[in-house]
Amino acid sequence: MAMSMNRRVFKWSTWLGWQLESNWTDPFPFIIYSIAKPIAGSLILVVMYSIIAGIGGQTDIGLFHYMYVSNAFFMFVAQVLFGITWVIHDDREHYRTLKYLYISPSNFFVYMMGRTISKLLVTTLAVIVTMAFGVFFLGVPLDILGVNWLLFIVVMFIGLACVMSFGLALAGLSFLTAKHSMGMNEGVAGIFYMFCGVIFPISILPAWGISLAKVLPVTYWLELIRRTLDLGVGIDTALAGISTVDSLWILSISTIVFAIISVGIFKLGDYVARSRGLIDMTTAY
Amino acid sequence: MTKYAVETSDLCRDFKVRQVKGESKKSTVHALENANIQIKEGELFGLLGPNGAGKTTLIKILCTLLLPSSGTAKVMGHDVNTHCQDIRQKINMVSGGETSGYGLLTVRENLWMFSQFYGMPSKLAKRRIDNMLEIMDLSDKKDAKVRTLSTGQRQKANMIRGFMTDPDLIFLDEPTLGLDVNASRLIRDFIHKWMKDKPSRTVLLTTHYMVEAEELCDRVAIIDNGKVLACDTPHNLKKLISKESALKLQIKQIADVKPFESIPGVRNFSFKHDPTTGTTDLKFILEDEAIVADIISEIPKCGSKIISVEKTEPTLEDVFVALVGRGLHGDE
Repeated sequence: MAMSMNRRVFKWSTWLGWQLESNWTDPFPFIIYSIAKPIAGSLILVVMYSIIAGIGGQTDIGLFHYMYVSNAFFMFVAQVLFGITWVIHDDREHYRTLKYLYISPSNFFVYMMGRTISKLLVTTLAVIVTMAFGVFFLGVPLDILGVNWLLFIVVMFIGLACVMSFGLALAGLSFLTAKHSMGMNEGVAGIFYMFCGVIFPISILPAWGISLAKVLPVTYWLELIRRTLDLGVGIDTALAGISTVDSLWILSISTIVFAIISVGIFKLGDYVARSRGLIDMTTAY
Repeated sequence: MTKYAVETSDLCRDFKVRQVKGESKKSTVHALENANIQIKEGELFGLLGPNGAGKTTLIKILCTLLLPSSGTAKVMGHDVNTHCQDIRQKINMVSGGETSGYGLLTVRENLWMFSQFYGMPSKLAKRRIDNMLEIMDLSDKKDAKVRTLSTGQRQKANMIRGFMTDPDLIFLDEPTLGLDVNASRLIRDFIHKWMKDKPSRTVLLTTHYMVEAEELCDRVAIIDNGKVLACDTPHNLKKLISKESALKLQIKQIADVKPFESIPGVRNFSFKHDPTTGTTDLKFILEDEAIVADIISEIPKCGSKIISVEKTEPTLEDVFVALVGRGLHGDE
């Protein structure tokens, strides 16, 4: 009974998320927007690389591939963190539905997961567009037949679970804040962007930065993606001594640890919000 | 043994608030103070009180949106602190005066989605949504986006969302706030019929409108400053002041109404200025009818003139004024 209820809540919250993602305009402009946005992001990377190469005199194309694939997949981190906290803000302050969802017998966790899945689907489309643009127009050497797809799927699954658990923790904290939750998730995403080897390899960070990078699961997730896709792997990432299997173990265990912590933070945020009367807070933002 | 849908015991809820923005010192506001309320299953129970009286706070606690500071509250036999999930299976809530709903979805999509979040079987959900759209006179809007609806239509859709799950207990927080006469009437009739159709259903209704409480409620609690001042049937509440007289006067507008408060024998007094007509409505609860003469003689002394005089039977509003010491509106 509970299982069937959860399935139903998951299905319809995913549907709701998709409607809110896509229903703001007609299908044609939505498709154009969905393709143009990631391509624009890719072109920003090209400009950034050109400037770095121009100033530093480095023309290591491997570095560009490293940046390109890392940034493409980092979209999942940025979008999921943003999306999951936005659900709380949007449902509470904009649509004023959060209180009705909260007092319903449905599992709020499941609802949040459903809403996040729709964000993942939209982001997946953006990542595919970015990678395809890179392969066809920017010379990113992705050998589709040479990819270990099984490993890639496992890595993606664990990595996304990890990102979603981070999002859940932020959602718990979002119960306690008003519009500031946007700054909070941008801040957390910024930390990941800086320390997880997205825009540059973590080997160029100071020692303490490398130590911090090595406890963040996103670092291993992006490294594993690069390895499975065989893109940008010639770069010194300070993770060369860690085998793919060990990286997978580290990613899995750290994901479990962060997921447990995230559930705890979410429940604490929920409890504090209920104590303070913030579940249906409207701040006129 | 009486089964209670709601049972509270010494229920308190405090909020810590900053009096001045940026000031670190917080003061405590007692939104609810030792509230003891029992609502029987099958009862349509009303909570009457001015803004800030504690009505919405009580509803929020009972529907598991807010934790109490102390005391206990049970809903359908389950404690609000520890058994939220059991409570949520049996309740629903509708708040008035707000524009909730996903504006990008149609009315039907919104309702369908919520029906699924409540685990309603698909066929039942579809049938009930159609039926309630019909009752609420919203069938022609079923495929309209929620953002295109008027305030009244949105509130009707909100009512359908609350009632379609057929809860054992529904909380209605000022459901007719801001609606026109016809929409209010439709909603009141619907609530009345809904209760009649299945006598085990329970409603907790908060309202500003005395007529609404008088028309609908089996019992009414009058609440002010977080305290329950009285709780009984409207008839019994009116009997509380039946030995007293209620007098309504309309006079030419005056600036100072203080002389009326100090007339001996005036038990309670409220007033309302109407700048558009240049008049002031005075309402008195008197210990004795003989005091009417004293009041009338006071009016010329204040430089005013009588426009109309009306002696009324006590209403729920009179009871409210007698207990609270002022009317429902802030300026009274």
